[in-house]
Amino acid sequence: MDFKLKQEHLMAQKLFRDFAVNEVEPIAQEIDENHRFPEETLEKMQKNGFLGIPFAKEFGGQGCDTLTYVLAIEEISKVCATTGVILSAHTSLGAAPINDLGTPEQKEKFLRPLISGEKLGAFGLTEPEAGTDAAGQQTTAKLDGDEYVLNGSKIFITNAGPADTYIVFAMTDKSQGTRGISAFIVEKGTPGFETGHKEMKMGIRGSATRELVFTDCRIPKENLLGREGRGFGIAMGTLDGGRIGIAAQALGIAQGALDKSIAYVKERKQFGRPIANFQNTQFTLATMATEVESARMLVYKAAVAKDTQRRYSYEAAMAKLKASEVASFVTNRAVQLHGGYGYIQDYDVERMMRDAKITEIYEGTSEVMRMVISGTILN
Amino acid sequence: MNIVVCVKQVPDTNEVRIDPVKGTLIREGVPSIMNPDDKAGLEAALRIKDKTGAKVSVITMGPLQAEEILREALAMGADDVYLVTDRAFGGADTWATSSTLAGAISKLDYDLIITGRQAIDGDTAQVGPETAEHLDLPNISYAQEIEVDGDEVVVLRQYDDRSHRVRAKLPVLVTALSELNKPRYMTPGGIFDAYREKEVVQWVREDIPVEDENIGLSGSPTRVSKSFPKAVKEPGMKIEEGVEESVQFIVDKLKETYIL
Ligand SMILES: Cc1cc2nc3c(=O)[nH]c(=O)nc-3n(C[C@H](O)[C@H](O)[C@H](O)COP(=O)(O)OP(=O)(O)OC[C@H]3O[C@@H](n4cnc5c(N)ncnc54)[C@H](O)[C@@H]3O)c2cc1C
Ligand SMILES: Cc1cc2nc3c(=O)[nH]c(=O)nc-3n(C[C@H](O)[C@H](O)[C@H](O)COP(=O)(O)OP(=O)(O)OC[C@H]3O[C@@H](n4cnc5c(N)ncnc54)[C@H](O)[C@@H]3O)c2cc1C
Repeated sequence: MDFKLKQEHLMAQKLFRDFAVNEVEPIAQEIDENHRFPEETLEKMQKNGFLGIPFAKEFGGQGCDTLTYVLAIEEISKVCATTGVILSAHTSLGAAPINDLGTPEQKEKFLRPLISGEKLGAFGLTEPEAGTDAAGQQTTAKLDGDEYVLNGSKIFITNAGPADTYIVFAMTDKSQGTRGISAFIVEKGTPGFETGHKEMKMGIRGSATRELVFTDCRIPKENLLGREGRGFGIAMGTLDGGRIGIAAQALGIAQGALDKSIAYVKERKQFGRPIANFQNTQFTLATMATEVESARMLVYKAAVAKDTQRRYSYEAAMAKLKASEVASFVTNRAVQLHGGYGYIQDYDVERMMRDAKITEIYEGTSEVMRMVISGTILN
Repeated sequence: MNIVVCVKQVPDTNEVRIDPVKGTLIREGVPSIMNPDDKAGLEAALRIKDKTGAKVSVITMGPLQAEEILREALAMGADDVYLVTDRAFGGADTWATSSTLAGAISKLDYDLIITGRQAIDGDTAQVGPETAEHLDLPNISYAQEIEVDGDEVVVLRQYDDRSHRVRAKLPVLVTALSELNKPRYMTPGGIFDAYREKEVVQWVREDIPVEDENIGLSGSPTRVSKSFPKAVKEPGMKIEEGVEESVQFIVDKLKETYIL
């Protein structure tokens, strides 16, 4: 067992860190305040190959691995969780299913522009009545000649609006239950496909979260991803990968809040000395650091598992459960160590604490993670 | 077209602290970086490559760990990289450094050689021009802009109070300023290729056509006669009081030191 990152991972980490500090951090506060989607950062990430990190070069990817992708999400989320989720949703949810299941034609047409940096991806599974119970899909897709006709709506979809390519789930045969769900690739601008207004959120405010609405939206038959009736499995498999991205996002938020706290307690003086001199401060930081490191071990382990094992749902669920709870705990403690200043918007930890919460909710709540983990250990 | 870029690994002076007693740099634990002027020079070369398809080779002389900046150069888009490394080259001053670099460069095809203006640790700004001299090439220093126009190079050369636009026939050696451009980021895939697919060519003493009397410590004519720290100024004191109190404070201080 070797806990050291390889040289290429270390250099990639340095790249992502430099990029995060120079390009992402300077606007993190502003995009949060204005609920503004950071177009300019997306462009820079596209130009620098960040949108295709774990994909083979064959279709324009960078040819790196899942661990490198995790390092990117972690470093970026350390300074801005909004930017982290834009990249994570694109990579794990938008591009990965086409990479894993697409036909050569679909890969050429849809995957190449996604991972070479021209287009942005999104993933629409959740519906108003189908959240945790994703099997309860109400959106329908009916084959009519050479086209599927989609009707229904999706809610809370990350990157919706800016995204060009959407993976959308719909019932092709209601009588079959989960075996009646299919996955489709839908392009922005298809008649009958609209995105709704942008949700105002507690955290990751710069990210675009919107409704998708389909009214007699006709898409070519060739846009069916995988086989008809296999959509539910595709969704669950995709989310296994996505959870590693969100776990990395949570890890980054936690590390970012820890870093800010370490700097702050050395500066802030009360009772004539830096608050770092109080044992309570020291012990709190020790606990925070230990929690962050334990989350990191699970997240990196899940990343390696994804590249080396056939199944990794268990590792991914544990990584996301731990990292997201650590993010909430650590950002909460970070605000506490900052006192009143931590509650004020001028200080990054205020934003980080709001950002952390979502990692316990999306791509499966912590309750769902516990179901996956207990399901594995009891079987 | 072939471009050779010379890069040096230097301690990141943003992170360097000074030993308050000895007055020397504390190098331990300080991250190493590609010298900023050199990185701008590499970026200029890569931009020419983007436009014209030129081949970009990168050379450094240094210890084995200097390999890292060569991998970085590859990850930014350089075509091939050379590490000139041998105990025999150690302890070189600018004369020995430039002699060795010139020997190494003479083994490659080149139309344009780009070095940085100066290294942020050694700071002499001599290596570039000296290398040009050894290779019997014209040299344009302090480039703010570099453009290739057919078999000529057009350089905007910076002076304190003005700039010159200079045109020269290739081959030529140009020294670059960090203000030249904003160097590109590496790409993640470029990093993987740099480590997994590309090679850092190592050149040792025997590989470099240069006389023994011009390399290493013994080939370095410069002698440091004395080295001493500049007196480190104590940080000043900031008094944030009203005008009256501040003036009184200054007067008291001056009296304390018998100036008044
Ligand atoms: C900002 C944001 C971005 C999102 N991005 C996307 C996206 O890109 N694509 C997408 O498809 N979806 C997305 N979602 C949706 C997200 O995945 C869902 O909100 C999440 O899965 C929970 O579903 P729900 O909101 O319907 O909650 P519910 O399912 O109503 O859950 C409410 C509570 O009940 C608990 N619960 C439910 N069932 C059980 C059970 N059986 N046992 C125990 N507890 C249970 C849940 O854990 C939770 O605590 C996003 C959501 C948000 C807020
Ligand atoms: C402890 C110590 C003592 C020293 N004593 C002396 C001394 O007595 N006399 C003396 O002359 N120098 C001395 N030096 C400086 C040392 O010789 C220089 O670092 C070296 O010769 C390069 O010069 P420079 O750093 O000033 O580079 P500069 O001339 O400022 O560099 C200009 C450009 O030349 C290129 N270049 C420089 N070095 C390299 C390299 N190794 N590989 C590839 N390209 C390169 C780069 O493109 C760089 O931007 C000493 C250095 C140290 C650390």
